[in-house]
Order: sequence, then C-alpha cells, then structure tokens
Amino acid sequence: MKVKVLSRSTLEYTRKTPQDIYKIKRNYDPTLHPLEKAREYTRALNAVKLERMFAKPFIGDLSGHSDGVYCMAKHPKKLTTVISGSGDGELRIWDLSDRETKWKVVGHKSIVKGVCCSLTKDNLYFSCGTDKTVKIWNPDQSGEPLNTYVGKFAFSAIDHHRSDPIFITSGSQVDIWDENRSDPIKTFNWGVDTINTIRFNQTETNIFGTCGTDRTIILYDLRMNSPLTKSVLQMRTNAIAWNPMEAFNFTAANEDHNCYTFDMRKMDCALNVLKDHVSAVLDLDYSPTGEEIVTGAYDRTLRIYSARQGHSRDIYHTKRMQRIFCVKYSMDSKYVLSGSDDGSIRLWKAKASEKLGPKDYRERAHIEYQEKLIDRYKYLPEIKRISRHRNVPKVIKNAQNTKRIMLQAQRRKEENLRKHSKKGSIPYQVERKKPIVGIAK
Amino acid sequence: MTEEEASIIDKNIAKKVSKYVRPAERKISSRQLKKIKNKKLKGTLDRIEKVSNEAAIKAARSEILLTEEPGYLEAEGIEKTFNITQKQLSENVDEDSTKKIFDLKLPTFGPYSLDYTRNGRHLVIGGRKGHVMSIDWMENKIKSEIHLKETVRDVKWLHNELFYAVAQKKYVFIYDHNGLEVHRLKKHIEVNKLDFLPYHFLLVSVGSAGWLKYQDTSTGKLVAELRTKLGGCDAIAQNPWNAIMHLGHYNGTVTLWSPNMSTPLVKMLTHKGPVKAVAVDHTGKYMATSGLDGQLKLWDIRTYKPLQQYYTRTPASSLSISQLGLLGVGWGPHVTIWKDAFLTKQQSPYMNHLQVGSQIQDIHFCPFDDVLGLGHSYGISSIIIPGSGEPNLDSLEANPYQSKKQRQEAEVHSLLDKIQPEMISLDSTFIGKVDGASKDLLDMERNEEQKAQRANEEKWVPKNKARGKNSSLKRYLRKKQKNVIDERKLKIQKRIKQEKEARRKRIMGNEDDKDRPKALERFSNKEL
Repeated sequence: MKVKVLSRSTLEYTRKTPQDIYKIKRNYDPTLHPLEKAREYTRALNAVKLERMFAKPFIGDLSGHSDGVYCMAKHPKKLTTVISGSGDGELRIWDLSDRETKWKVVGHKSIVKGVCCSLTKDNLYFSCGTDKTVKIWNPDQSGEPLNTYVGKFAFSAIDHHRSDPIFITSGSQVDIWDENRSDPIKTFNWGVDTINTIRFNQTETNIFGTCGTDRTIILYDLRMNSPLTKSVLQMRTNAIAWNPMEAFNFTAANEDHNCYTFDMRKMDCALNVLKDHVSAVLDLDYSPTGEEIVTGAYDRTLRIYSARQGHSRDIYHTKRMQRIFCVKYSMDSKYVLSGSDDGSIRLWKAKASEKLGPKDYRERAHIEYQEKLIDRYKYLPEIKRISRHRNVPKVIKNAQNTKRIMLQAQRRKEENLRKHSKKGSIPYQVERKKPIVGIAK
Repeated sequence: MTEEEASIIDKNIAKKVSKYVRPAERKISSRQLKKIKNKKLKGTLDRIEKVSNEAAIKAARSEILLTEEPGYLEAEGIEKTFNITQKQLSENVDEDSTKKIFDLKLPTFGPYSLDYTRNGRHLVIGGRKGHVMSIDWMENKIKSEIHLKETVRDVKWLHNELFYAVAQKKYVFIYDHNGLEVHRLKKHIEVNKLDFLPYHFLLVSVGSAGWLKYQDTSTGKLVAELRTKLGGCDAIAQNPWNAIMHLGHYNGTVTLWSPNMSTPLVKMLTHKGPVKAVAVDHTGKYMATSGLDGQLKLWDIRTYKPLQQYYTRTPASSLSISQLGLLGVGWGPHVTIWKDAFLTKQQSPYMNHLQVGSQIQDIHFCPFDDVLGLGHSYGISSIIIPGSGEPNLDSLEANPYQSKKQRQEAEVHSLLDKIQPEMISLDSTFIGKVDGASKDLLDMERNEEQKAQRANEEKWVPKNKARGKNSSLKRYLRKKQKNVIDERKLKIQKRIKQEKEARRKRIMGNEDDKDRPKALERFSNKEL
C-alpha cells in the first residue's frame, strides 16, 4: 500500500524564539473562508462607525487679531507660514506648527483688504487696504514697510505674479505694478464699479481673473492690452480660485450660495456646480492637488467639496465661529484654515478623522483597507446613513429646510407654467447654464 | 525560466483560477457589459471586473506557496483500501502519525459524544453518565476533567478552547477551560444536541420539546426561540457556508432554519422513517442524511434533489463530512468512510473501521488533520483517515499552532467581525448584490413592509387632559393646610359649591322649573 498522512512539523508553524515574528500561513481557498461577504460588510460597518467616531477636525485656533480676519495668504514655499490681515489694519505672520504669531504690525489705518507673499524674493509680504496704500514688508527688518505705494482709490485685493516681480491690485480698476516702480505699469478697466477679488493663475502665470460688484467675472492676460473675456452671472461673485493642476479651470464663489467651476475657454456653461451652502459663499481655495475645494460662507460654516462632485463631503462649524471671510487649503493639502469675523483663524484637518503624526506601515495598510471597505459598501443603506450623517447647527438645518421648500416651490411653479403653455415654449434649463447671464469678448 | 515553462505554469494556473472566482462576480458577461450605455457605469464595472479577475489569478498563483500536500491511501496489487486496518496503517506511517491512533477506554461513563475545536487542536468529550473532559489531543494533555453526576447528552466547543457548552439533564451549561461552571442557560431545557456558529457567536440547541434556540454567546442575548412543531429532535448540523441549521425529524423531514424566520426556510422529505443523522459539507453544496429506514442519502442542497442513495445494514447513528469531502458513516460498531460519494455512486467504501463490541455514538473528522474521532459506548477512539483533512491551513482563520497571544488577538478580531444574526440567509453572498427583481415587485415588497411596520406601531390615543380645572382658587384651597379653617377659605368653598351647583343646573335643566307652570300647560289634558 502507498500511504501518506498529514504530519506537520511544529517547528515549521511556530517561531523559534519569542523575539521572532509569528509565522503566518495563508490559504486563499474560498471554502476555508466562509461568509466572507458578511464578515467584510461587518468590517465596513465598523470602519465607517470608527471614521465618524474619530471625526474631530478642529485642531486649534490662532488667536491674536482683535478684529475680524478679512484676508489671508499662504506662503507657497514655506509650509507653515501664513499671513493674515484684519479689520483694524493689523498684519500678522503665523507659524502653523507652533500656532503662534511670529511677527505683527499695525500696517494700515483702516481695514486690510488683501495680503500676498512675494514669490521672487524669499521673505517679502505685500498688503493693501482701504487707506489707498500698498505696503511691502520684510519681517526680518524693522516694523516699517520697505516700500509704500499710494494709489488713487481704496484697494480691494492684491496678488503676486508667480515668477516676475510684478503684482496686481484691484479697486475701481485693475493696476499692474512693478515692484521697483512707484506707479502702476499698466491699468485695465472694463466698466466695473468695484472689483472684489483678483487672483493670478499660478500655472499659466500671465493669466489672472477678477470679479466685480456688477456681477462680472473678467479674465485678463498680462501680455495683452485689453481684458480677455467678461462673463456676467445672475448674482455677484465673491471670490475665485484657479485649479492648480488644470490651469484653465477656475471656481467662483457666488452670492447665490453656490460655487461654479468654469473652463476659461468656454465660459457659457459651468463645468460643475457646488451646492450645499445656505448663505453667500465668501471665499474658496483649491487644495494643491486640485482634487478638493474648501469654501467658507456667510452661514458660519466651511465646507469641503470634491472638485468633481456637486455636494460637499464635509461641513465644519463651531459654536463661536462667526462669518467666514477667508479660507485656505494648506500647501500639503492636509489642513484647512479659516479666518472669520470673530478675529481668530481656525486650523482644521482636511480629512476629519485622519490621525495626525507618523503612521507605521501596518497602520497605513489598515487605514487604506478601511477606506477601501467603506468605498466598496458605500451604497448599502446603513453605511450610507452613517457616513453621511453630520450634526449641523439648528440654524443651518432650518435654513436648509426653508431653502428646500423655496426651491421646490420654484420648480413646481415652473412646471405648472410649462404644463399650461404651448409645448416647447418654456424649455428646460441646464443647471450649469442657469447662473450665466451673458458673455462679452 | 524559459517561455515554455512560463506558458506551462500559466496553463496550470488557468485551471485553478475558477476556484477563486467569486460567484457574485460572474454575473456580468462581456456582452452584457457592451450593452450598457452609461459610460461612467460601464467603466466602473469594467474596472471592477478586471480587478476581481486579477485577484483570482493572483490567488491561484499563490498556490505555489502552499507547502503541504494532502494525504492519500492507495492500494497495490490485489489489496483493497477498505480492507486496510488501522494496525496496518500504523506500521506504514511515520512515528508522529502513529500517535494519532489511540483509544481512551472509559467503559463506565459511556457512550461518549465529542467535539473538536475549529483549529482541530482540542477535543472535548462528554460521557452520557456525566464525565466531561477537555484534552489537547496532539500533546496528550488533559486540560480539564469534571464529573457532573447527571446525564450529558452533547458537548460543544464555543469560539475557542476556553469555553465549552454541555447539554445536561435539564439545562445547558457553559464551562471554562478549567472545568468551572461559568453559565447556566436556563432557557435551554432538555437539550439533545448543540451546535455553535463561530462567525455569529451563536450557540444553537434543540431538544426533546422541539424548540430550536439561538443564544448569542458574546452578549448573552437569546436571539431566537423557534418552535419546530415536529416533536423532539436529535439530528442537527450546520451548513458552514451560510450558517443555516439543518434539523432531522422523526417524521422523516429535514428542515432548514435561520433565526430570522419562525417557519423553516426549506422542508425536505428525506426518509420514510425518523432521521438519525445529518451532515453538511464545507462548501455548503451537499448534505448527507441517514434514517431509521436503513438508507443513507446524499443531497444537493442548491437544488434540494437527491444525488445518491446507499443502504446501511443497521441505521447509521452518526455522519460527518471531512474538509476534503470524505463522508464518514458510523453504524453499529462500524465506521465506513466514503470517498467521492456525492458525485458518483461508489461500489465500495474507501475505508472501514470496526470498534469491536461497541456502539458508535458520535463521529467527527478533525479539522486540518487526517484524523477521525469516534465516540462510542466504551470511550473514545481516534483513527487515521488519510486524505481527510485540509493540508494547508490559514493561520488567520484557524491555527492549531497558535500561541496564547495569537489566540487572544484572534478572539478580539473575530468579535469585531461578528456577523449579526439578521444576516443569516440561504444565499450567503447576497450582501452588496443588486436585487434583480422588477421595480413593481420591489415597490410591492416595500409597501408591505411599511404596512407591517405601521401595524406594529400603537394607535395614537388622545390624552385625557383636564384643561381649565386647575384654577387659582382651587390651587389656593389645595395649598393651604387642610386642618386650618379660615374665613376666606370657607367663603371660597361656598362660592365654588354654588358655582358647581349652578353649572349642574345649567346642564341638567333646573329642577325647580319642573313645578313651575309653563305657558301652554293650561291647554293640555291633565286627565290623560
């Protein structure tokens, strides 16, 4: 007879010394792993519960300003440096890792409307205010500005060119300044009362965009003598942000509670509409990866959107946070900053449940596995319910309800109108085209 | 490696891949995929398909890493495998394996029932007359031994070797590894058979009253009490693939149960007499039943149709199916092992064993080993059945060589992954699948569900609120000390009384008015 009986040597299955790692044998035969779907689902359920349990996004606040923080700029090369300007004319430079003010000065006589960092020289900061001045600061040197440019009108925003010593300001017109000259080298004007925001494209460096109080978004090219295009929306745009990865796309934060992503080559239709806020969106910023957008609104909340989706993936709020006037995504895309009317800058995690600090390989693998599980079972009702659940302030909740009722009423009315008029006379409107009134070239 | 070798390996792997393809993933054919118009959906499905195929190929490739080969027994010349005795076997196998053949002679407390842990390392035996012992049989170490001095009908390990349950005369008890009584389960009365669902942490019992009870051993909650209405039951088996319980009854039926339904999911008429034993294989495809009618029947439980039918000279008292699909049948003093019995009708058994002068009570294949444990009237025996156990173990699933720390880790993980009893269903892969039923049917089901929910809710009954009764005057009367009588109080009481009287009169009609003459009374005929 030929016979073989299973006979395992214990040595092969156990470790030699207690210092060794355990010997793990795997066999992926499905019959050895019964009920794997059910177990995996249970794991996914646990993962999503843990994710919500650990969702504590608030890290801390940078307090110091005695008035509301109305503008903020992150340093593109220094990860932890942020400059902010407040309503009483004070400027502060912050170190994010220490959460401390590194330098401060009362730079303007009235509200500081815009700050930016120089990209050509290392330690140079610009600020402008309603006191009709633009000032250049170097925190290493004294509390006096290196240079002061005096304009004819109150400035509303400032931004710096990516590589050249050029900066732009806005007010009742757009001025282009050379750092070394006292007068603007170029001026653009296209029938606007006041321009709110001005923002350079950081990839296609000669392009910049503005938005004005007359509901316009105007795009310019430094190399040209006249602006590129002007698009008029139904309501005012409060801020714009260029997508850092897709140079031709930008997103505009609108007064009608929504944000609209546009392709600058094709402005007659928005690429995406970001809904969910219940009040005017005041500022927004792209993450450096171009995948996510953070928005701050007059409803005292900030929301984080995936750039390609229409609804926010998270909402942040605190009891004491007032109207948010400026938001920034940090340069490592891990943190979010918000400056609000109550005079403090708040530091948040971009992913609410992320663990800070170093993670070893096994922990990282575990987190990735959990994320994958949640993604796999995200359509199942229980998991969907838990992952979507957010505790939102009552005010927001009520506003959401009211807004929903209003929108429903509008839709119903439109539908009634459509029913009782000639077929085809009231066409359906694409949501992405709704906000656009017209385009001028 | 040359190209030729690589192609040979690929061909070998292609044969193995089908084993690793999950049934749910085979749903969409490439033709169906082409028909999908939504580009995004098509892309996603395409990607998922690709990833799952890759995973299956990788899993098949990883078979290279499996070190152990399954055991076998082959006859040479005129030899027949079923004639080979354990003594002959022991002379031909290595020394370690000969230790696996042993007899524990315990004639006073038998017959014995037994159970192996999920990793096959530990054995618990229970003698009918009250002797219970847990053993690390590989090391020949007794872990605990107790004499309960009352009837023991069945023993069962819980999730690991720390606890076992014993079905005693009246109740089910749980003992720990030292043999200390930890729990008495008062709800399980006169239990004949026990079973344990390891992924759900459910202890299942069925007894002479015919109640099937599920108890969650992690929370202690009694999950379900199901009345079989088919009398006492002493044949029970779990389907390890979907955690459905199979019960064999006196009227010849086998019923399939989940804790979520008060009626059996399936009723199968299997025998023309009482069902003696039931066993389900590890893939959840096949079931074996034996009855007092002398038949041993094999079933496909995907279609509920009989596959093969064998005759046993005395009714088989116990059945067990090994990990590699060998069917063990205990009848009288004999044990017969059948190989490939489910797919083709076998002319002769694979192996035979005779336990001289004894009656087999309970047989169990040991997981991950080529061993069959027999509980009989004179103790227990362990015999070698080559090719019965899975050679390659998965340490994260069941590990016979685990250390204490590993056992603790595994316990925590299995508790975290505990499946809720609501998820037990006939198709264990239903989670995450798209319901293919029509929209009308789904709507109807949803409506019915809502209706049932509404029926469960209590009807709203308005509260009898006595509004306006709590006047300031009454409050004043109530508040003052009862025994103090002052003028004001008397006055108020009087007024309230008057008001009450007036109100009564207003409602009832004034009694004094009845005597008073009415305007038209003088015209009425008083004499009538």
